[in-house]
Amino acid sequence: MTDETRTPGDEAPLRTPLHDLHLALGGKMVAFAGYALPVQYPAGVLKEHLHTRAAASLFDVSHMGQIAIRAASGLWEDAALALETVTCADVLGLAPGRQRYGLFTNENGGILDDFMFAREGDALALVVNGACKAADLAHLRARLDGAASVRMIEDRALLALQGPMAEAALAALGAPVGTMRFMDARRMTILGADCFVTRSGYTGEDGFEISVPAEAARALAEALLDHEAVEPAGLGARDSLRLEAGLCLYGADIDETTTPVEADLAWSIQKTRRAGGARQGGFPGAEVILRQLIEGAPRRRVGLRPEGRAPVRAGAPLFADEDAAAPVGHVTSGGFSPTLQAPAAMGYVPAALAEPGRRLFAELRGRRVPALVAPLPFVPTSYKR
Amino acid sequence: MIRFTEDHEWLELDGDVVTVGITEHAAEQLGDIVFIELPEVGQKIAPGDEVVTIESVKAASDIAAPLEGVVTEINEKIVENPALVNEDPMNAWFFRMKADDPSAIEEFMDEDAYKDMIA
Repeated sequence: MTDETRTPGDEAPLRTPLHDLHLALGGKMVAFAGYALPVQYPAGVLKEHLHTRAAASLFDVSHMGQIAIRAASGLWEDAALALETVTCADVLGLAPGRQRYGLFTNENGGILDDFMFAREGDALALVVNGACKAADLAHLRARLDGAASVRMIEDRALLALQGPMAEAALAALGAPVGTMRFMDARRMTILGADCFVTRSGYTGEDGFEISVPAEAARALAEALLDHEAVEPAGLGARDSLRLEAGLCLYGADIDETTTPVEADLAWSIQKTRRAGGARQGGFPGAEVILRQLIEGAPRRRVGLRPEGRAPVRAGAPLFADEDAAAPVGHVTSGGFSPTLQAPAAMGYVPAALAEPGRRLFAELRGRRVPALVAPLPFVPTSYKR
Repeated sequence: MIRFTEDHEWLELDGDVVTVGITEHAAEQLGDIVFIELPEVGQKIAPGDEVVTIESVKAASDIAAPLEGVVTEINEKIVENPALVNEDPMNAWFFRMKADDPSAIEEFMDEDAYKDMIA
């Protein structure tokens, strides 16, 4: 499925195990994170987006990196503590069968990647961004050397089934998912295939991510699509859904120059890793991040609701006043929200300008468009807690 | 008479008035259109002037004036409901203009030539 030596962008894009299915479904293929993936199907981004919120959509996220970590000792504690050397999350406190969101940080407190990690027995199962996975693997191997084995799972696809009907569609295949709640992780057999299922996703909806052996991926995808509530959805809808949910896109909303505190992701740093906690610090950039947790950061990621109908997109400068000469920040993600039927965006602004309701201006084709700082998410999430 | 530009506009000539829209091919390439900004009635335009802005779910694009002249009418319906352009691009016109030299429209592609271009 993947080739670790490649970097995104070079030569022809790789294909996921669902490539032929995408073509058969009329997917409009684009290169993304080194893979050929459907940006949309014939229904189009708007309909795919709204269908996800109303029923359920199936996304191919096989480009993402699935990484297994196991301690050399075989003990959970050692695997957890090893991962804690590269992330600000509380890994040790994760109960079996549960999943969390984490960040890999660098020495300046910037973010190398964001990822999900689940505990399966004594092992860790990570899902990292496709565009970062080669670098993440190298980073983990270098930092965890000797303490834990780090393995990229190359022979599995990853499907995301998202929306209020996701549970019904998966249960219809006999998958025992009804008792799972948000961020539960469980191994189960679906249609005879060994699957690792988490009740999570990146759309703001209830739903699941299903790690399935590559050779069984198409049959599972087709069986899910046979359910009357399920339609395929592409990268376009995935992006507008995550924007509405206020979730960060790595490389746009967060990167090596943004800290977790600036990115408003401090909730992913549990108490035990903060100053005064049982295992405070101990991750790259801890000095900067722990200080910012107490003192605040000079700038902050905020939601923005531009006036009118025109989308304000990534890169648009933000101004404190209609006639201010110098920008105070810029938009990092932006587009049209199908649920709000209005433009929505996220960006960084000085902390003093970050309170909801604050009126800023975004530059759009040479004009200053008023944009109100808005609470995130733009659309309420519907996770099954 | 209907003509097509390399920028995937369709132009329909009636007397000295040219109606301008975008082709089905263009609408499909743009994806779901969510915002359209049209020129003002009375605005003088010339080839190369970016007179229309279209925002789809994917990206922003501009449409250039095909001919020299004056905008005489704009289609407010597509401003209120941009999805009309995706639904029926050959009828969801953008604006009408009085061309200084209507015969200049003949320089553009006919339907067969346009179909060859997008094939």
